Amino acid sequence: MSFLTLEPIRLLLYLVGVCAFVGANAAYLVLAERKGAGRIQRRPGPNEAGYAGLLQPVADGIKLLAKQIMVPPGTDALLFRAAPLMVMAPSLMCLAVIPFGANLVARDLNIGLLLVFSFGSINVMALMLGGWASRNKFAIISSARVVSQNVAYEIPMLLVVITMLMVTGTMNLNEIIHQQAGWFWNWNVFKVWVNPLMPVTFVIFFICMLAETNRAPFDMAEAESELVAGAFTEYGGMGFGVFFMAEYANIVVGCCLATILFLGGWQSPFGALSGVLGPLWFLLKMYALIFTVIWIRWTFPRTQFYSLLNLSWKILIPLSLFTLVLTGVMIKII
Amino acid sequence: MIAQKDSISPGSSLRAGGPAGPEADQHCPNETFVLNLGPQHPAAHGVLRVLMTMDGEWIKRAEPVIGYIHRMHEKMGENRTWAKFLPNTSRIDYLSAMHYTHAFVGAVERAAKIEVPPRAEYIRVITSELNRISSHMVWWGALLLDLGGFTPILYAFDDREKILDLLEGLCGARLTYCYYRFGGLYNDVDDTFLNGTREFVQHMQPRLKMYRDLVTDNIILRKRLTAIGGISAELCRKYGATGPVIRGSGVAYDVRRAEPYSVYSRFEFKIPVYPESDSMARYLVRMDEMEQSLRIIGQALDQLPEGPVMGKVPRVLKLPPGDTCYAVEAARGRFMVRIVSDGKEVPYRVKLRTPSFSNLSLYEEASKGMILPDALAMMGSLDLVIPDIDR
Repeated sequence: MSFLTLEPIRLLLYLVGVCAFVGANAAYLVLAERKGAGRIQRRPGPNEAGYAGLLQPVADGIKLLAKQIMVPPGTDALLFRAAPLMVMAPSLMCLAVIPFGANLVARDLNIGLLLVFSFGSINVMALMLGGWASRNKFAIISSARVVSQNVAYEIPMLLVVITMLMVTGTMNLNEIIHQQAGWFWNWNVFKVWVNPLMPVTFVIFFICMLAETNRAPFDMAEAESELVAGAFTEYGGMGFGVFFMAEYANIVVGCCLATILFLGGWQSPFGALSGVLGPLWFLLKMYALIFTVIWIRWTFPRTQFYSLLNLSWKILIPLSLFTLVLTGVMIKII
Repeated sequence: MIAQKDSISPGSSLRAGGPAGPEADQHCPNETFVLNLGPQHPAAHGVLRVLMTMDGEWIKRAEPVIGYIHRMHEKMGENRTWAKFLPNTSRIDYLSAMHYTHAFVGAVERAAKIEVPPRAEYIRVITSELNRISSHMVWWGALLLDLGGFTPILYAFDDREKILDLLEGLCGARLTYCYYRFGGLYNDVDDTFLNGTREFVQHMQPRLKMYRDLVTDNIILRKRLTAIGGISAELCRKYGATGPVIRGSGVAYDVRRAEPYSVYSRFEFKIPVYPESDSMARYLVRMDEMEQSLRIIGQALDQLPEGPVMGKVPRVLKLPPGDTCYAVEAARGRFMVRIVSDGKEVPYRVKLRTPSFSNLSLYEEASKGMILPDALAMMGSLDLVIPDIDR
């Protein structure tokens, strides 16, 4: 055991683990999405490559890697190449503090929650730079949309997080999970005695997460029927592939965070078996949320841009402010 | 979420041709750019090119550029015999080929005074209405694609497939039918078709209800179409827009009622009219039309007379000199064929009045001051078929 306690080796293992987790998730969530879409649309989805299409992500990866990365003339070559990296790296960083089990966390930071949100917001800038550097009108329109959309949705999301901070009193993600031990009604989403609007808070968080990751029905950035491919119009090959993977990595991070903050993380729903089976519970909850994200994408049309902003500024922000104040009052009274 | 009325969207107001985004005007007076939408663009449904002068996301001017798929159908009509031009008509608007062949066949029959047996007329009505449903299913799926909903088109094509199979059994073609002939039909319908059509009518009614529940009543769809993309009845008249576009502006103009052709006068059906004149009105008109088409098909199947399906037609068709028109209600509006004969085997002039051309003409005026996604949703609600515009 002394071998595993050596800090550099532990770090190396976690680094490989996090990268593998993100890579495998990004690759196989694409397959899951296509399979899910197929099921919703009464068709089988990819089923040719390997058993039930399990090798499809490999085939896609090879295809993308084999393509030449074109940098169109007139673009800002440096930013154009840097943007895919900048969109991918932060989501890898975020996963460093996510606790998958009681002891399964790369870095048990006291400011884990803050770290996730600080790195999470770099994503926007990367998308904007990618679109801006492309020197394409569709990409620039899309960049402008991404910025205003993300600014609008960062606010209610952070207000919700502040509410959660007031409830939990800590930014340590593992600590937050420890507080939700016991039966499932101890999960934050069901803690109506702390704040009667807790389920609403969860819904706000989930909507904001959809908007932050630019997922349908808020996929203004990509809007393929209006803006061709939005900010990624000029990208091809693995440049585009990395943007695509980053989208899924961000969904994973967002769903991890929702699981931790609201659904009790690796705690089991009935008080027992959280220790050994912890990672299993965590993944179960996380993938249930991810499935919901996929489900929403394939059953809803895209929203209108101004109603998207209206939703944030006129409904979500006042509502999340209200829950914030209400939680403060409730905590004071109790 | 539902109640608030688009406060920051000048384009969503019903006025057509209003000024482009007033706020935008004050802040950057002359900063516009030209967005070249198409001819290869996912929202243009073919090779339509729209040159959009944009102020941010607001459209100042949208100028459609057409002609990328011009095939000279009218000129082709002048240098081949009447019968040889017939297959061309189904390729003008490939989504409602039955209506288009009907118009040309009808015009020639009217000019040559050919009697069409009643059974043939009934079958023409049945197949035309089936074709209308299949065309509307494509429109419905494509509009939802424009709005970012990918799933409905696969359900729509599932239903359309049933119609295509039925029509393929009749004439061998799945898209560009040449089933109608001068004086009747290519061949008689069989029991497979009749039973299949009855089954389809049974199958389609619950499906339309499902589409209404799952898609039409979806909050996002309602918000994206209601009170957006207004086209007034005057604008429709100015540019000659017909079909669901003018019926969505509150004018109950339907060729099947206004100038009844074939045996349409013998059936009971309603003409759906919505006076709201927004994109939603045009959407609802088409959704209701499919129900009415099912009604017509049901009645025609019940009343279907026995008898021949081909009248007496001269072996060498020479039309008497003169000028004849025949209009039908195609899936996109009024399609009219005007043929001028100088007594020869070959037409002197074939004029095709296509609905999509008129429906597109109003786009420039109607889309002024709209925001880009709304304008594209409006374009989707016009149901354009580009070969129908260019001919």
